[in-house]
Amino acid sequence: MLIRKPTDIRPSEITSEENYLNRRAFMQAGLIAGGSLVAPAALSAVVPKTRGAELDNVSTSPLSTDEAPNSYEDITTYNNFYEFGTSKADPFRNAQDFKTRPWTITVDGEAEKTGQFDFDDFMKPFDLEERIYRLRCVEAWSMVVPWVGISLAEVVKFFQPTSKARYVAFETLADPVQMPGVRRRILDWPYREGLTIEEATNELSLLAVGIYGKVIPNQNGAPIRLVVPWKYGFKSIKSIVRISFTEKQPPTSWNMSAPQEYGFYANVNPEVSHPRWSQARERRIGAGLFADKLPTQMFNGYGEQVAHLYKGLDLRRNY
Amino acid sequence: MTKIQTIRFIVKPLVFIASLLPTLWIVGLTVLQPSALGANPVEALLDHFGIWAMWFMLIALAVSPARKLLGWTSLARFRRMLGLFAFFYVLMHFLTWLILDQGLELAPILEDIVRRPFITIGMAAFLLLLAMAVTSFVRVRQRMGRSWQKLHNSVYLVGVLGVWHYWWQVRADFAEPLLYAVILTALLGYRLREQVRKTARRVANA
Repeated sequence: MLIRKPTDIRPSEITSEENYLNRRAFMQAGLIAGGSLVAPAALSAVVPKTRGAELDNVSTSPLSTDEAPNSYEDITTYNNFYEFGTSKADPFRNAQDFKTRPWTITVDGEAEKTGQFDFDDFMKPFDLEERIYRLRCVEAWSMVVPWVGISLAEVVKFFQPTSKARYVAFETLADPVQMPGVRRRILDWPYREGLTIEEATNELSLLAVGIYGKVIPNQNGAPIRLVVPWKYGFKSIKSIVRISFTEKQPPTSWNMSAPQEYGFYANVNPEVSHPRWSQARERRIGAGLFADKLPTQMFNGYGEQVAHLYKGLDLRRNY
Repeated sequence: MTKIQTIRFIVKPLVFIASLLPTLWIVGLTVLQPSALGANPVEALLDHFGIWAMWFMLIALAVSPARKLLGWTSLARFRRMLGLFAFFYVLMHFLTWLILDQGLELAPILEDIVRRPFITIGMAAFLLLLAMAVTSFVRVRQRMGRSWQKLHNSVYLVGVLGVWHYWWQVRADFAEPLLYAVILTALLGYRLREQVRKTARRVANA
């Protein structure tokens, strides 16, 4: 029998295993962060209210791919956003009048800082970065998107999750007045997604607020959406209104809808086949009518950054 | 001009041209204004031909019930042509998949047919329609005798497989395949009712 001694150490004070193992990098990062306090910290993410407005103070990222991004038109007219309709052209048509201000994000669960935050206040502590990522949809098509956003790892750190927080769950707005798709029970609304805390704090994870240096269009998930480029697109939840730190694996929408088809992890994996689409190859949008499909890469080509997260995990079972 | 001549030389050619319009339209668009097909033109072509294949199959299956319900006996003269257009649109759908989507690569094509159930049943429907199309000539029909009718009765199965193929392909929004399923059920249900009545009459007369 295990007998615990009463302790006055709060969960948040315990160093996580990952940080312990990475303690050198962690301390280095701390030194750099400390350094930036000395220099004037001009970067504070401001997202203009005007649609399509340019974003200022955007830094570039070494995590960006050098592949050519898709056209703005392709990225903003070919969308899966079922709240605005189930055909690819529906979100562009139906999201034009979507109101993204005022916008409130609720942060709750296993964290020291929780509450309801106005979107503009929520953004203030973070820096805007451009990240050009590949996007691979489970439907076997792909794009390259120049996102602008804030590091999810920074956001997670800011809210100080307790040691009980093993997952981060997200929710999309479900407003039947503004979102025609929500009036029909196509999925169990609101749309829900989730990541393990290790995935959420991976350097690749991004909360995007822009595309091509401009405020993100409504149909792409304004005002703020997740981008996890090594996972199928449906994990990258749009128009987020809630972020919850949880101890248990949160339910996720497509997994609830068809568990034999869509798993919790949903990592891009050319070897795990899907009953509807072969995942071995992908059609790159914009490549033209006669272009060959491209071979799909494990973790969508981001294995160097994320493969270690799944060591020892059977990816055939945990698809 | 007799009624039969009017049908043969005027109405039939008009129906033929009208049936070709969805093809002329999409081919014209692809050549003249490809951007109108959107970000994924291969998918747009696949969907276009697939949806029209569905409609022509339902229209062809509606000929016999409409003929009996409306009393337009001459509708029977359009049945073969409409059935062949259903096959034509399925063929275009199949060729788009084979050439543009799969790039004629044999291994992925076979993998899809074997491992993707909705493609398996789509292929089955295509092969049945192909068999019906090549036996649609009058002379072949005469030579085949009774087995012709047996083969061509599988059009009902093709209808079921076609709707099922679409149903299985949809991720979550079943509104459209449901519409086709309802129409198909009505068309097949009508035939079933006729069959039951005929059998009942025969039993009563016996």
